[in-house]
Amino acid sequence: MASITLDNVGKVYPGGTRAVGGVSIDIADGEFIVLVGPSGCGKSTLLRMIAGLESISEGTVRIGDRAVNDIEPADRDIAMVFQNYALYPHMSVRQNLAYGLKNRRTPKAEIDRRVAEAAEILQIGPFLDRKPRALSGGQRQRVAMGRAIVREPAAFLFDEPLSNLDAKLRVTMRLEIKELQRRLRTTSIYVTHDQLEAMTLADRLVVLNGGRIEQIGTPLEVYRKPASTFVAGFIGSPAMNLIPARAVPQLPGSAHAGIIGIRPEDLTIAPDGPIAMDVLAVEELGAQRLVHGQTGGERLTVTMPSDAPLSDSLRLAFRPGSLHLFQAEGGRRIE
Amino acid sequence: MKRTIFRNQLLPWLLLAPQLAITFIFFLWPAAQAIRQSFLRQDAFGISTQFVGLSNFKALWNSPEYLNSLQVTAVFAVLVTVLSMGFSLLLAVAVDRTIRSSSLYTTLLVWPYAVAPAVAGILWWFIFNPTIGIMPYVLDVVGYDWNHISSKTDALALVVIASAWKQISYNFLFFVAGLQSIPASLREAAAIDGAGPVRRFFDITLPLLSPTTFFLLVVNIVYAMFDTFAVIDATTEGGPAQATNILVYKVYFDGFVGQNMGSSAAQSVVLMGIVILLTVIQFRYVEKKVAY
Amino acid sequence: MIENRPGLNLLAHLTLMLGVAIVALPVWVALVASTHTATDFMSGTIPIWPGPHLVENYARMLDAGVSTSGTPPVGTMMLNSLVMALLIACGKIAISITSAFAIVYFRFPLRNLAFWCIFITMMLPVEVRIVPTFQVVADLGLLNSYAGLSIPLIASATATFLFRQVFLTIPDELTEAARIDGAGPLKFFRDILLPLSRTNIAALFVILFIYGWNQYLWPLLITTSSDYYTIVAGIKRMADAVDGLPQWHLVMATAMLAMLPPVAVVIGMQRLFVKGLVETEK
Ligand SMILES: Nc1ncnc2c1ncn2[C@@H]1O[C@H](COP(=O)(O)OP(=O)(O)O)[C@@H](O)[C@H]1O
Ligand SMILES: [Mg+2]
Repeated sequence: MASITLDNVGKVYPGGTRAVGGVSIDIADGEFIVLVGPSGCGKSTLLRMIAGLESISEGTVRIGDRAVNDIEPADRDIAMVFQNYALYPHMSVRQNLAYGLKNRRTPKAEIDRRVAEAAEILQIGPFLDRKPRALSGGQRQRVAMGRAIVREPAAFLFDEPLSNLDAKLRVTMRLEIKELQRRLRTTSIYVTHDQLEAMTLADRLVVLNGGRIEQIGTPLEVYRKPASTFVAGFIGSPAMNLIPARAVPQLPGSAHAGIIGIRPEDLTIAPDGPIAMDVLAVEELGAQRLVHGQTGGERLTVTMPSDAPLSDSLRLAFRPGSLHLFQAEGGRRIE
Repeated sequence: MKRTIFRNQLLPWLLLAPQLAITFIFFLWPAAQAIRQSFLRQDAFGISTQFVGLSNFKALWNSPEYLNSLQVTAVFAVLVTVLSMGFSLLLAVAVDRTIRSSSLYTTLLVWPYAVAPAVAGILWWFIFNPTIGIMPYVLDVVGYDWNHISSKTDALALVVIASAWKQISYNFLFFVAGLQSIPASLREAAAIDGAGPVRRFFDITLPLLSPTTFFLLVVNIVYAMFDTFAVIDATTEGGPAQATNILVYKVYFDGFVGQNMGSSAAQSVVLMGIVILLTVIQFRYVEKKVAY
Repeated sequence: MIENRPGLNLLAHLTLMLGVAIVALPVWVALVASTHTATDFMSGTIPIWPGPHLVENYARMLDAGVSTSGTPPVGTMMLNSLVMALLIACGKIAISITSAFAIVYFRFPLRNLAFWCIFITMMLPVEVRIVPTFQVVADLGLLNSYAGLSIPLIASATATFLFRQVFLTIPDELTEAARIDGAGPLKFFRDILLPLSRTNIAALFVILFIYGWNQYLWPLLITTSSDYYTIVAGIKRMADAVDGLPQWHLVMATAMLAMLPPVAVVIGMQRLFVKGLVETEK
């Protein structure tokens, strides 16, 4: 168990591509951190620098109180779970779990004990003598996690570990990972591009964009007070409505803000509301309904109960205190 | 290109050392020697050598024997390639039609690959043996007097048959694989468009098979030019009257038996040029195959 | 099959049977000849059906041979062939797989040059550099030795490229997982790469065993002592010697024995053989 500190970390690939720049994060012991951002924003690069699989071009990574920049991955006391699981196809599940321990000359009895324990936790006992190819996707995923658990490392690193699973299994496994981390209290860094996965798993979120940190905070902080239009649009589904202030001069704050943000669920139907919307399309979700429309030439999405009355044009009000104001230049939040 | 690499600098050289050492000692050094010698001439006693420029090559160009060997090689390579590929294609197409028994036929057709060219030569030499062989006996019935010891045509025919026979399995396997990779839907579409089996073969199968055919063409020419040495040596030894003296046999004969180093080296250099050319052709084609 | 045409199917089967017969003809004739005695050939043509002397002829060749031809017993020659074939096959695989490992998994100065050196061997078959190569082997004192029979033949661009191709398809993540699991390059090679290349190695072995067994020109040149004669090269010496004499039954018995091991390998391991053949041509 350990804290992890990133101090001004950056990565420039040999070809000259800058993938990550100026990233500083203090991760507390036992914390579950999720790196989230769109594809290509540098999440994997950052994680792989922490793992030691990619050299660190700038800054320092500390695990515990040790700077690990020049330390081999095997000696950083971390374990990693890969998107495609990376199980050794020619080894049985048991051998897969034991391989890392064997290489570290862990005594046989100790290896057996840890493998049995991990198998118990993950309920993969019945498959211990099978080859990975004889397992389902979810079972492989568990074995991959088992390989990390048996090591009892200072930190777990996950790189999109659920992306290869179908939607339903993803939700179950998500919960299992959360419970597991609660139980083991091992510092974890988890990479995903899926904001819902990020929200549900994280103690704290790190939102990345173009290799830089947009915002760090608990899921609720990030959701309630997105630091930029990028975060506002990325976290939350359906995405926050971002409207140029000049298109809605009737809204408070539009005089000094460049962009106004309103979450779809913060808009309600009100006959005397300030916003008039022409309805373009309706999506039924069952419990709710998404109404897409236009106001002042800008697109707008509203969430409403499925029994709310519908017509071609609606008047909308917003919940008090739910408006987000952003600068026109750079999109930073205005408090 | 691998993303993950090991950082060791010495280890890769140790890993490469055996292969590189063998390559240098037994490939590059002798090849360099051959090139060097092709510009030298030794006196009759092998005591002194002198630089003679391109005169060894000029001598080749002016040697009726060498020109004959070039011509024999070309005729031989073409005949072996056409005979072996034609026969194999026929068999492959037939196997492609049979469903249940195709693996049995395949087993019965692939094993000649394992027969050494020298042994193949001996087998056919025996079958065509003018006194006791069965083929001359059969040919005699139809009025042909076979004798590969005196007849140039018969000798060439013999080495062509032996060499082509040995290559049937290889061509067959690749043709079968090529045929199987043609989607059945294409032939079905042609059938629906009213094309009969023969038409389909020429309009659909053969054009789509052309990458395989081209690949095999190169492989067979290389085989006929270089790997048939043993067939020749085990049977005709280049005779009668130079009728089967292909280039690789002549290099060997002039170098080892004739002890004519300068000429043999010049012939080696010419052959290297031919192999390089053929390899380049083959690799360009492989590149294209990757692009498909 | 698109349409059911019994006529065409019948034609296909007839073609194949004829093909099989033509392909098998020389071996059948050899087999028949090897079961007769010398006197059976006196009548003019060879018999069509096998005779009763199979065991006798083969046993004689295996442990005595034809002394007048200057060749050792066929048993000895087969043993030499076996040693040569195994050395060539194992040697080629060993040096190619380590070369491919170096080229794929390391970055070092002159890596491209090393790659090209290996590639160029493809363009220098032994037939085109025969005299100077012989000279080198003679200078190294390797004439009449197993080392001389095998080592000059074991450099292989084809095998190196094959393993390179195999390694390139192994996902990076597997290497990374192994690195995190504490495996250094050699451990990774032994624990992950070798087991994952198992079937490729086996397939390549089949092809290379046949290649090694069937070598002709090279053993013919560098073996002057009959102790090191291989069967494929020896059979020609034997045929030369007996050509005048009616001893074809013995030559054909030797030919059968020369074919037996590689043909058995091809038929017994047909799947691996086909895989090896296709892969080495990529
Ligand atoms: N090995 C590499 N060499 C050069 N550029 C790379 C390499 N790996 C990733 N990149 C680039 O770095 C950026 C970040 O990639 P990555 O960290 O994989 O993003 P993510 O995991 O967030 O999708 C991308 O623009 C990608 O093209
Ligand atoms: Mg990624």
